[in-house]
Order: sequence, then structure tokens, then C-alpha cells
Amino acid sequence: MSLLIQVLIGGMTIGSIYSLIAIGFVLIFKSSGVLNFAQGSMVMAGAFFAYTFVVQLHVPIIISLIITFLLAAIIGMLIERIVLRNLRGVSIISIIMVTLGISYMIDGGALAIWGSSNFTYPKLFPSFTLTVGGIRIASVYLWSFLTAGGLLVVFLLFFKYSKLGLSMRAAADNQKVAVALGISANKILSVTWIISALVATAGGILLASISALHINLSYIGLIVFPVVILGGLDSVAGAAIGGIIVGIIESVSGVYIAPYLGGAFQQVAAFIFLMIILLVRPYGLFGTKEIKRL
Amino acid sequence: MVHLEVKNVDLSFGGVKALRRVNFQVEKGQMFSLIGPNGAGKTSLINCVSKFYEPDSGHIIFDGREITNMRPYQVTRCGISRTFQNIELFSGMTVLENIKLGRHIHLRSGSLAGMLYWGKAKKEEKALEEFLDEEILNFLGLSAIRNRMVAELPYGLQKKVDLARALASKPELLILDEPVAGMNREETQNLIEHILEIKKAWGLTVFLIEHDMAVVMNVSDWIAVINFGENITQGTPETVQKDPEVIRIYLGQSYGQDMKEGEGTS
Repeated sequence: MSLLIQVLIGGMTIGSIYSLIAIGFVLIFKSSGVLNFAQGSMVMAGAFFAYTFVVQLHVPIIISLIITFLLAAIIGMLIERIVLRNLRGVSIISIIMVTLGISYMIDGGALAIWGSSNFTYPKLFPSFTLTVGGIRIASVYLWSFLTAGGLLVVFLLFFKYSKLGLSMRAAADNQKVAVALGISANKILSVTWIISALVATAGGILLASISALHINLSYIGLIVFPVVILGGLDSVAGAAIGGIIVGIIESVSGVYIAPYLGGAFQQVAAFIFLMIILLVRPYGLFGTKEIKRL
Repeated sequence: MVHLEVKNVDLSFGGVKALRRVNFQVEKGQMFSLIGPNGAGKTSLINCVSKFYEPDSGHIIFDGREITNMRPYQVTRCGISRTFQNIELFSGMTVLENIKLGRHIHLRSGSLAGMLYWGKAKKEEKALEEFLDEEILNFLGLSAIRNRMVAELPYGLQKKVDLARALASKPELLILDEPVAGMNREETQNLIEHILEIKKAWGLTVFLIEHDMAVVMNVSDWIAVINFGENITQGTPETVQKDPEVIRIYLGQSYGQDMKEGEGTS
């Protein structure tokens, strides 16, 4: 019983980080129809930036994190400004391929700079052990869950109440009219890519804190697909819930099923679940069912 | 005083000439109507004014400022707002959210403050709610449905939300692209009364495109007629109604008959 609870806590923590990363993915899809294949690479790069400042350059943690997020924001902004803005009017599939190219460029760059070894990630949070009812919870899980959960709530409120969040939803809903109402489409897209890069970086730092840092962290971009498709590609709240579901599926299958089917099962469990869900609900768990009125 | 001036505007799509040297002037505080048969270029022209289309040549001047080369959002900031021929609302949002977005350009607090919902942003938000409540929602009778999703609303109400959103920016020039299309007589009457009332209260200039001739002839101060993207004539409703060219190309043989019926309905 206590093992199950520990597994669930672990799953929810990882899942909340997936949710965070997935929000960035959903935002870009909603506002421009582009599937951003570079999301996973931005996760990895963000984690490496923080690592470099803290461990290799000995910058204090808080300052390292501030510089890392600034850097991530600038990269997100530059990708939109230099690459995507010049591709306006080009077919979506070509733009998606370009994001795949960006992903390879970031991955290759990271391999060249940092190499392919495992790095022990620095402790960014004060550590302690919490024991509740005989169950020990490592502080890194608690911190990660609180950070990811807190950021998720902030984003949900941001989209519901803030002027910028409302404008972003408007531009995603009907760009032509949004522009007519005085919303600058360029500014919205720019902000979308910045937020996307920021959540990817936050996700990368949290994931690396829990396990370790390796350039393979960019594969996390793949797990984002079951998350957002489960949640519905166009739903921010859906992405949040989808992330937690995928996190729990991964950790439960890792402990209870993988011993019988081999360790690799953990990595495909989410995709098997995704396939079953899609057979039953092709528009995802929370996506918009398309009904055509005749 | 001339509020909006369209000077020698040319627009083409590939080889198709949509507008050829179109000219007219809209006076401040005027109810100006642009009429013409389907495909005459009316919507293309207002798309040039709101900058969805880039004219090939010519000038568009609003309030003494050249707006020909502005971006769409800048035009909105100058005080021009519009409604759409086919309803273009944010369907995944509530009535209030849609209307609030019309007010978007007037909220000046920085994004961070807006995000955190603090101090000045909160005060602005409150003033905004009051303005929307009294001057827009109550006025148009939308208060009761403010939190409904727009996609659930019947057509007539959606048209009204579209108008409310255009009004929310408190424009100086309101462009209405077929505001009463598809409405029954009662709904039409009701909407036109609201438009006239708010025009008077705010001193708005209204630029109307409408096929309902009864409405156009009754409310307009000045009418411009275009066909195949070219100016045909312009003048007061009385002169335009009697113009033989207008009768021939636009209104057809039974025009005189329609017009008499139209006059009877106001």
C-alpha cells in the first residue's frame, strides 16, 4: 500500500512537469496550428543552461535561474522572430518540419558543447525528508510538484483573467478578428514562443533535478504528444490533466508491469494508453468534439 | 469636417480589379451608407480601411491622418472599429469576454501588472466593467446573457454581441458590414434604433453597408453607390433614389416599387 502511494506521488510529480511542458506545446498549436517538435530540445537546453551557470560557472543559484530564464525567453523570441515570422504563408507542414530542424540543431549544439555523459544535477532546492503516515517523500518531489503545480495555476488564471491571456485566447480563436480589435498578431506569437520556452526550461530543470541530466532529455518532446492528445490539442486545462494522467501511467506501469514485461515497457505504456483512448474518443479526453451543422 | 476620406483607391486580386479609383468622403457625425450590388466591392473597400487588404494605390485618410500604410491594430487604435458581415465572434468565449476584447486597446497597464491583477490594473478593470455594464450591456439588453458562451446564442443575439464588441472600444468611426442581414423586421427595427441612439449619444460617425434598402434610405445622411469596383454616384437618399443609373444597374426595374414600400415601414 505504501509503495502504491509512493508510486502515485512520483507519478503525479513527473506528470505535473509534463503538464507544464505540454502547455507550451498547446499554446503554439492553438495560436498558429504549428506542432512544435523543438519543445523537447528546449526542455533539454534549459536544463543545461541552469547546470552550466550553477556548476560550471559557480553563479549563485537564484541568479543562475534568472539568467537561464532570460536566456530561454530570448531564444524563444528569436526562433519566432527570425524563423517563423519569415515563414508566414508557408504551409503548416513545412513549418512543422522546420521546427524539427530547429530541434536537431539544438540537440547537435548541446552534444557539441556538453557531450553525451550523465551529469549529476545540482540541488536547487533545500532538501529535507517529509514523512507522512510512515511514507517518506523526498523533498525534490515535493518541491517539483509545488513548483509545477503553482506555475500551472498561474497560467490557468493568466488565461482566464489577464488582458494578455485573453488576447492570446482571442488570437487563437479567430486571428482575423483579433487583429481587427487592435491585438497585434506578431506580439501575441512572440509572447507565445517566449512562454513556451519558459515552461520548457522550468520543466527541464525540474526533470533533471529528479533524475539526472543527459542530452536525451530532449526525448521528453515525444512524451508531450500523448499528453496533449489525451488532453485535446487545443485545451490548456486538458494538457494539465493529460500530463498528470501520463505521469501516473508511467510510474505505475514502471513498478507493477515492467518487472514482467521488461523495463522498456514504462516508456511505451503512455502510448498504449493513448492508442486505446483514441479508439474510444478520437478527439482526446478533453478536446473539442467537432460537430458539423448541416 | 471630413472624417474619413477615400481617395483614388485601387485594389486587385491577381488579374481581377476589385476596386478602381474609388473616391468618397464621410463627414464627421454622418450616417454614411455605401451600397451596390453583390460583388460590387463594398466589403473589399472596408477591408482596405481596416487594413485587411493593402490597396494597390490611393490614399485613405482618417481624421486628417494618412492610415493607408498602417497595420490593422494601429487603425483600431486610431478610433475605427467594425462589425463583420458573417459573424466573427470568439466562439469559445463568453459574451462578456468577447466584448471585453473589444475594449482591449484601452487598457494601458503593463502586461505584468495585468497578469498579476494588481493596483492600477485592478482599478482599470473595475472602470472597464462599469463602462461595459452601463453603456454597452444594459444598453443593448445583453446583461442577462453576459456569461453565456456565444456559440450557444441565436443568430440575432450574436449579431448584437458583434455590435457590442465594436462599440466597446468607444470608436469615433463605426463600420457596420450588413448589420441587419438575416434579421426579421422586428429585430432589424430594434437594432437600427439602438445604432441611431448610440450614434447620437456618442457623436459617432457611422459607415454602413446594407442591402436592406428600407433601412438605408431611412437612416442615411449620405449614400455612395459603387458597382464593379467603380464609383457610380453619390448624394442624399432622395437624389440617389432618383438617379437613373442607380435604378438601372443596381436596383432593377421594380426598384421604384420597393422604395415606396421601404418608406412606409419606418
